[in-house]
Amino acid sequence: MEEKHTYNRRNCLSGILFGFGLAAFVDEAVFHQLLHWHHFYDLSTTSWGLISDGFFHAFSWFATVGGLFLLADLRRRKKMIPMLWWGMVLLGSGVFQLYDGIIQHKVMRLHQIRYGVDNIFYYDLVWNGIGAVLLIVGVLLVWLSRRKKHAQ
Amino acid sequence: MHNDKLALIIAFLAILGYLLAMKFSARKFEAWPIYRLLLFGAGVAVGIQALAGPVAMHAHHSFVFHMLGHLLLGMLAPLLIVLSRPLTLLLRALPQRRGQAVSRLFRSMYARFLIHPVTAAVLNIGGLWVLYTTSLYHYMHQVNWVSFLVHVHVFAAGYLFTMAMLYTDPVPYRKSYLFRAFVFVGALAGHGILSKYLYANPPTGVDADEAQEGAILMYYGGDLVDLILIVILCWQWYRAAAPEHKLSASEART
Repeated sequence: MEEKHTYNRRNCLSGILFGFGLAAFVDEAVFHQLLHWHHFYDLSTTSWGLISDGFFHAFSWFATVGGLFLLADLRRRKKMIPMLWWGMVLLGSGVFQLYDGIIQHKVMRLHQIRYGVDNIFYYDLVWNGIGAVLLIVGVLLVWLSRRKKHAQ
Repeated sequence: MHNDKLALIIAFLAILGYLLAMKFSARKFEAWPIYRLLLFGAGVAVGIQALAGPVAMHAHHSFVFHMLGHLLLGMLAPLLIVLSRPLTLLLRALPQRRGQAVSRLFRSMYARFLIHPVTAAVLNIGGLWVLYTTSLYHYMHQVNWVSFLVHVHVFAAGYLFTMAMLYTDPVPYRKSYLFRAFVFVGALAGHGILSKYLYANPPTGVDADEAQEGAILMYYGGDLVDLILIVILCWQWYRAAAPEHKLSASEART
């Protein structure tokens, strides 16, 4: 029982770390580097925004790799719980997306999703909306996997 | 003497020393793998770019080349040399008495303090902050020996940090993977924040355009080398956590 509990937590940790990293990677690779929607650095930022962005980037860089190695370890032990793992991935991506969209974009005004558009409200709505959907589906999957486990 | 000649002599002596150590170690132990010699040679060759050769030549008037040199000397060269395990080789090559003296030195309070991940990270990233946010950067282009000392520090601090993260050599009093991961995230953040800071605040005597290019190179170049380090660190954990020794509940939580 103790062992099962432990591997549950490992599945959660691995999933949420990879979810964070995945969302951060998509944000950087697609929106910064391919579309150039945001810039390398917005000169008007507060120093707090700069620091939080630095830590967040460093954490997500490590989380992507670390999360995948944790997954490899779970699979080699045959202890992966796919529904729980995927649920936590979506939950992690959703949390990242909302943090980026609400705290970084709006509260700290670190950068905006896109520059030079008339109505940024719709961009924000879509960005945060996707984040919320990811979060809700993630929570649902985690809940379903718990129920399945209890039913067994 | 000019810095480039001095650096070439040091590089030559380093490779010669490594070869001699391989020879002496082979008397008592099985042969030292050739790929480690290649790693060491590659590390020395990469590191020397900051002091001699085309990159070093352009670095005098171009911040971008200066930054390229620093990435090579402070990050890539230390990584390659740490992976070649020079201290393990040294301990094998020395006669027993001398080897014991070296390992005593290694276990001293001073060495323990230096190899502590937090000390190593502060020396490594803190040194860069001092270099680029004070007039030191300007000064190192005026005075030859200052420039040389800065390069020595950049390499030594990079080496110390890489060794404190990967423990390829026999480091006493080892910290857990989780602890090292936390320190690593802090150091990587410090490096990233400094790059973005330099993008907007050029060091003394550097044009805004050049500072921006250099900062972008520092940011993404640093990410790339750090990604290799992260993968190696996680791989070491993956091997150490192999299911042969069954995972206890308390270990799994870390």
